[in-house]
Amino acid sequence: MHHPGTNNKVYKKINDNFEWSSENFKKISEIIKKYPSNRIQSAVIPLLDLAQRQNNGWLSKNSMEKVAETLSMSYIRVLEVATFYSMFNLEPIGKNFVQICRTTPCWLRGSDKLSKVAQEVCETNIGETSDDEIFTVVEVECLGACCNAPMVQINDDYYEDLDEESFKKILQDLKDNKSIKVGSQIGRKSSQPERKFDA
Amino acid sequence: MLKEKDKIFKNLYGFEDWKLEGAKKRGIWTNTKELIKMGSDKIVEEIKNSQLRGRGGAGFPAGLKWSFMPKDSGKDHYLVVNADESEPGTCKDREIMRNDPHLLLEGCLVAAFAMHAHTCYIYIRGEYYSESSNLQKAIDEAYANNLIGKNACGTGWDFDIYLHRGAGAYICGEETALLESLEGKKGQPRLKPPFPAGAGLYGCPTTVTNVETIAVSPTILRRGSKWFANLGSANNTGTKIFSISGHVNNPCNVEEEMGIPLKDLIEKHAGGVIGGWENLLAVIPGGASVPLLPKSICDTVKMDFDSLKEVQSGLGTAAVIVMNKSTDIVEAIARLSHFYKHESCGQCTPCREGTGWMYRMMEKMIHGNVKHKDIDKILDVTKQIEGHTICALGDAAAWPIQGLFRHFRPEIEKRIEERNRRVA
Repeated sequence: MHHPGTNNKVYKKINDNFEWSSENFKKISEIIKKYPSNRIQSAVIPLLDLAQRQNNGWLSKNSMEKVAETLSMSYIRVLEVATFYSMFNLEPIGKNFVQICRTTPCWLRGSDKLSKVAQEVCETNIGETSDDEIFTVVEVECLGACCNAPMVQINDDYYEDLDEESFKKILQDLKDNKSIKVGSQIGRKSSQPERKFDA
Repeated sequence: MLKEKDKIFKNLYGFEDWKLEGAKKRGIWTNTKELIKMGSDKIVEEIKNSQLRGRGGAGFPAGLKWSFMPKDSGKDHYLVVNADESEPGTCKDREIMRNDPHLLLEGCLVAAFAMHAHTCYIYIRGEYYSESSNLQKAIDEAYANNLIGKNACGTGWDFDIYLHRGAGAYICGEETALLESLEGKKGQPRLKPPFPAGAGLYGCPTTVTNVETIAVSPTILRRGSKWFANLGSANNTGTKIFSISGHVNNPCNVEEEMGIPLKDLIEKHAGGVIGGWENLLAVIPGGASVPLLPKSICDTVKMDFDSLKEVQSGLGTAAVIVMNKSTDIVEAIARLSHFYKHESCGQCTPCREGTGWMYRMMEKMIHGNVKHKDIDKILDVTKQIEGHTICALGDAAAWPIQGLFRHFRPEIEKRIEERNRRVA
């Protein structure tokens, strides 16, 4: 199954210099302070995350080189980390990165159907980006919200207690640039038992 | 059922304010200085007496683990909180971190003091974005109110907490892989010994502990180890958050006494199995890594470490995955095999090659597209992976398959015969 976070191919963006934005540059000095001064390599994951956010959700070769330079690491050590962790995308993704949980607890509650809905509404296949670059749809392993299954992560946020209809609506609203509600889609607070909610 | 007054997690669902003000109303941070004044030996002693067992899956006695930290090593000591909650079925630490983060932070201070550590890292899984932002806000509040930082709570103990976000790797829930990841490397487990208490983070004495274990410790100290030990049964004491997911009417997280019967847990808290108890097929009682239990065992089994071990399963993280008779049980386990194949770090050959092979085999088994002798072959392979890898991921990949064939072998044999007939 294709996933931009699990491929090992590095895309070069030759005519594009990656420089930290001034805002991120400040953040970096804050992040590095968390670790002992001779152990700043510890900051490689937070810095890759920053670089990915600055670079529209994916890591190009020059952005990883920048991280290596900032932390005085060799490039290969940074690449090793970027390829190991599935949250680092090594190829461009769409505006909305839709990750559908496929592991057993979500599957028991119907995650299969969500994958079908996503393919229809986003007009793309699993693991691919739509032609208009609004959606990238992937199936992922357990996201740790099993009591709110089935669930989907879109960019940073979780959308929980879904069914085909509510998921279709979320995707359609994203397509139409409308705002959408984060969290449980049936009005439940966290993972409370529903009966308390009815009372 | 657990009485309201014995609950440790009073804001598990987030009905109340999770910030400092709300936390203080629930009694958090109120007399932390007195707890610290007990001294580190007394704190460890109390945790030992409470018989608290680690809530991250292995169930190792917490007090004993804390006591492994050297008293005078001359190096920095570290407390690392394992918030890389990725075991399929488990979503309990998430509720603690977003709805009651101060409970965890207070626990960090007390535990770190007991272990002579001035620094704590909380390693949270990268996908938990809103949880990490709540936790960071709570940390900032605690610093601003002198609860942590220089002279934390006026105790004279300097204590820093740093939040570190991971980036999506199940294996980083393994303690030494987590330390590797925290050091800025690939999350591949280390060979033990040396154990983290001797040489952990940056080669210094380190203890890695689950969120829930840390979060319950201040309450144990406040209310006394006797109170905690009186809940549940000997060696399986206290309360525990159970995550109930799958085919139940009301999937939920719930705090209950250890040793509650599985049937009560599902019927009283999760609204029962969809289609009624008789419609139950099987339950995975402790997260994806433990073998499943068929209905006949679920009827009577109690939810604690020792009772579940007796029926050849385990409490693990207490994530109860319920499957009713509409479930294709072979595909349910095949999906878990896919999970382990995806999450294997690739360091040890039996796991790297074995998880992929087992997944491909399980996929074929869904349609009965194997020979009868392949069942024994896959069981043999699970035995060759189990215990032959650096960390427990190999074991965790093998156990669900062993559990499936232990209880549902006739089902797969039936599928093989059906397919043979179809093809012939």
